[in-house]
Amino acid sequence: MEAILKVEDINVYYGSIHAIKGVSFEVNEGEIVTLIGANGAGKSTTLNTISGLLHSKTGSISFMGENLGKFPCHKIVSKGLALVPEGRRVFLQMTVQENLEMGAYTQGGKSMDTDLERVYEQFPRLKERFKQVAGTLSGGEQQMLAMGRALMSHPKLLMLDEPSMGLAPILVEQIFEIIENLHKAGTTILLVEQNAQAALSVADRGYVLETGKVVTTGTGRELLESPAIKKAYLGG
Amino acid sequence: MTFLNFLISGISLGSIYAIIALGYTMVYGIAKMLNFAHGDVIMVGAYICFYAVSRFDLPPLAGVILAMLVCTVLGMVVERLAYKPLRQAPSLAVLITAIGVSYFLQNMALLLWSSNPKVFPGFFVSASGDTGVELFGGELKISYVTLFTILICIVIMLALTWFTGRTKMGKAMRACSEDKGAAQLMGINVDATISMTFAIGSGLAAIAGVLLCSAYPTLVPTTGSMPGIKAFTAAVFGGIGSIPGAFLGGLLLGIIEIFAKAYISTQLSDAVVFAVLIIVLLVKPAGLLGKQIREKV
Repeated sequence: MEAILKVEDINVYYGSIHAIKGVSFEVNEGEIVTLIGANGAGKSTTLNTISGLLHSKTGSISFMGENLGKFPCHKIVSKGLALVPEGRRVFLQMTVQENLEMGAYTQGGKSMDTDLERVYEQFPRLKERFKQVAGTLSGGEQQMLAMGRALMSHPKLLMLDEPSMGLAPILVEQIFEIIENLHKAGTTILLVEQNAQAALSVADRGYVLETGKVVTTGTGRELLESPAIKKAYLGG
Repeated sequence: MTFLNFLISGISLGSIYAIIALGYTMVYGIAKMLNFAHGDVIMVGAYICFYAVSRFDLPPLAGVILAMLVCTVLGMVVERLAYKPLRQAPSLAVLITAIGVSYFLQNMALLLWSSNPKVFPGFFVSASGDTGVELFGGELKISYVTLFTILICIVIMLALTWFTGRTKMGKAMRACSEDKGAAQLMGINVDATISMTFAIGSGLAAIAGVLLCSAYPTLVPTTGSMPGIKAFTAAVFGGIGSIPGAFLGGLLLGIIEIFAKAYISTQLSDAVVFAVLIIVLLVKPAGLLGKQIREKV
């Protein structure tokens, strides 16, 4: 296994607030890696920095050996990195199908039909509603749409930011099932979650973030069983 | 029959407002800013066409195309130099800059072309010298300018609907108007999209300028400002950000204005127009077709 994503010593600021303080981690090909931590620990900021929405003052982010630092945000998705952002951020006034088409924006349109078919197969619910405006979908459906939209770009690494946020427990289960299926199908996944229990049970490895720093790292199982983690994030 | 006459000139004036309002509404929808210099782009377009045809003897169609080219470039240059550096600035700063650009363009026109009114040439004359058609034994007169204005407005409306609904670039524009961050994550170049929007809006403004001056032939450096403000009103009236809204708002505004002039008072017509706007906004704050989409969570 080799690292396809290598984050080294990044520092991100919101104005004068130092949100990420020298974070480093790696994601190997075929893994599910999770970043867990409390609100404000810097999980989303990290993902937003990797995808180019935010910028790091120091350090480097390299993806498949290429330094991403010099690319603007809109160039990053065509490198094979897709982010499903926090809060889903689907295009509410566009139809389900148009949202998926936007996901394939960088694909040049050649394989559009087969890609749509593939995503609809994974998310039959979206196929039923392909003409519906995304704003009328339920939260769970919007999450599926956001994931489907990201998959349209054929990502080598899929980054998911709080995919279970605001969803009913049964839907959370469904979303995690989908994540595991994607993983089995060969997609590398970087998962950010507040639901640490669920995230660590599917993850190969995890990093625990606290106030902008990596404080612990280990395999999913190790972290699940660690007394300190249990106490802090898994409710005892 | 006079009623029909008024209605048709109302639709014609409204079509011009609609074309200008489309520029306002597209730029607002995507850049989330009110480009108050939009009206002055109309004026520049009219001057370019005037000089091309009257001084350089180009055929009218070539004059229109040249005006569109110049305005398209002007729109993109203004966006790049004046608005792009303010992308992260508070909206008030952008608004004031837009007003500044408006004055800049008017004064530039004053320097280049002086304050002496230019009489815009009449393009819409048939070979036999007619300027319009007469129906019902001369009771109903429709000028060619009127007919063309309405026709061109419909064509533009259909073209834009097709563009935003069917083409990749158009869909990307809609994506940008909803969520720039998410659009970037899709790989859409937001800066290029905004620039493109200014280009389209300004190109349309050139057409509007030629149509406006064909119907009302006096051309001065402030020609664009009042129609610009009316068209902005029309865009708000129809629901700013909405393309069909701009179309509907423009048409209604033109019709109301002509009827107010005809049946109420020439002096009060603008007051009536803005009174209607206020009433509509009191009842429907998002405008006639403004979307207030409900979001499920």
